[in-house]
Amino acid sequence: MAKYAFFLGCIAPLRYPGIEKSTRVVFDRLGVELVDIQGASCCPAPGVIRAFNRTTWLAAAARNLALAEKMGLPIVTICNGCYGSLFEAADVLAKEPEQLAKVNDVLKTIGMEYKGTTKVYHFADVLYREVGIDKIKAAVTKPLSYGVAAFYGCHFLKPSSIKNIDDSENPHILDDLIEATGCKSLPRKQKTLCCGSGGGLKAAFGDVAKEFTKTNLENIQASGAQFIVDVCPFCHLQFDSAQKDLGFNIPVLHLSQLYGIAMGMSEDELGLSAHKVPVKL
Amino acid sequence: MIHIEVKSNPEFEKELAALGGADVKLCFQCGTCTASCPSGRRTSYRVRKIMRMAQLDMKEEIISSQELWECSTCYTCVERCPRQVPIVDVIVALRNMAVAAGHIYPAHKKTAVNLYKTGHTVPINDEIKAQRKALGLPEVPPTVLSDSAAAADLKKILDATKFDVICKE
Repeated sequence: MAKYAFFLGCIAPLRYPGIEKSTRVVFDRLGVELVDIQGASCCPAPGVIRAFNRTTWLAAAARNLALAEKMGLPIVTICNGCYGSLFEAADVLAKEPEQLAKVNDVLKTIGMEYKGTTKVYHFADVLYREVGIDKIKAAVTKPLSYGVAAFYGCHFLKPSSIKNIDDSENPHILDDLIEATGCKSLPRKQKTLCCGSGGGLKAAFGDVAKEFTKTNLENIQASGAQFIVDVCPFCHLQFDSAQKDLGFNIPVLHLSQLYGIAMGMSEDELGLSAHKVPVKL
Repeated sequence: MIHIEVKSNPEFEKELAALGGADVKLCFQCGTCTASCPSGRRTSYRVRKIMRMAQLDMKEEIISSQELWECSTCYTCVERCPRQVPIVDVIVALRNMAVAAGHIYPAHKKTAVNLYKTGHTVPINDEIKAQRKALGLPEVPPTVLSDSAAAADLKKILDATKFDVICKE
């Protein structure tokens, strides 16, 4: 049975716990064991914390990586930001021995060491490559027929030179994962356009972030999609929280929640009450 | 004709590389980055211009600019750069220099303080605890929030790497 160290991050457990719950239930149904990383912290966030102090970012990320290394398990994340941060930190520490040595000097102060071996995966990549579309289809107990908008976000696939998951300009993985439930992933303009919230933009220049979101929502509305399906709680937060001001009303689901619905989880279990845009199934 | 003398500075390039932003000198100013940039369509942020300014060691002008913080780190420029310049890494390195020089927005400082105080970028609250409980999850997630020794460890790391300096009032 496949087994992963489950990295929660910040936005999922602390703003949309339904995403955490759905992931736990769905992975269990698919025969993938998720083990909590006791005492993990923020990844830390790549667009803000890494931009403030890269040494802090690398050392705090290494602590999270070291906790999983001690468990002997690869990490799975449910957030593009956590994935971007931990994957890139692991990549730097695997390729640059002098950085690893510097980080271990810091970790020594708390009696820890990172050997540089932890692998980091995005949950959608695990679903696609390890579980597979056939097994997902077999686990669907309530086939769906919604037309939806697949929202990839940025840090799931990019930078593709180190991630090598899918074509970053014309991806298909998430569309395939969505269609395994019976839903139709609808084509639209500028499908890979950023939600707008990354890089500290949402916090410092919220109106600029919303301009990105607005273009996305216009394109999604024109496609006729009934739901937005994302793979990142931060994109999820941006779409869910910005729509009222922007005059849109398209419900937002994390892929784990869409799978939860297709696998017969009740609406209560999906945590939909935390959503600002009401989700009516 | 006005002639402005500009020189690159290998020391500045090294300083950028030490912060993870290597290879800025590879940029040959084609402009694919700016043409691809979703932020540049909505703001005065021009990636090509910042790369050129970085090549010319215009550090003070860059680190005091608002534009430096208008990149959403979407990596579209990095994907399309014909010279494979790790543009986002260069932006991140420049932002590190900006913050070290005291240029940080209040909203960003708030995020930094959240991490410093709680180990997460957003705080927990009673509403979320109730939602978690209703879902059958532990009220407080199994992170630094429910493990005081782990929280103390994280704080030691933040202090050892001088993150506390950013968080001071």
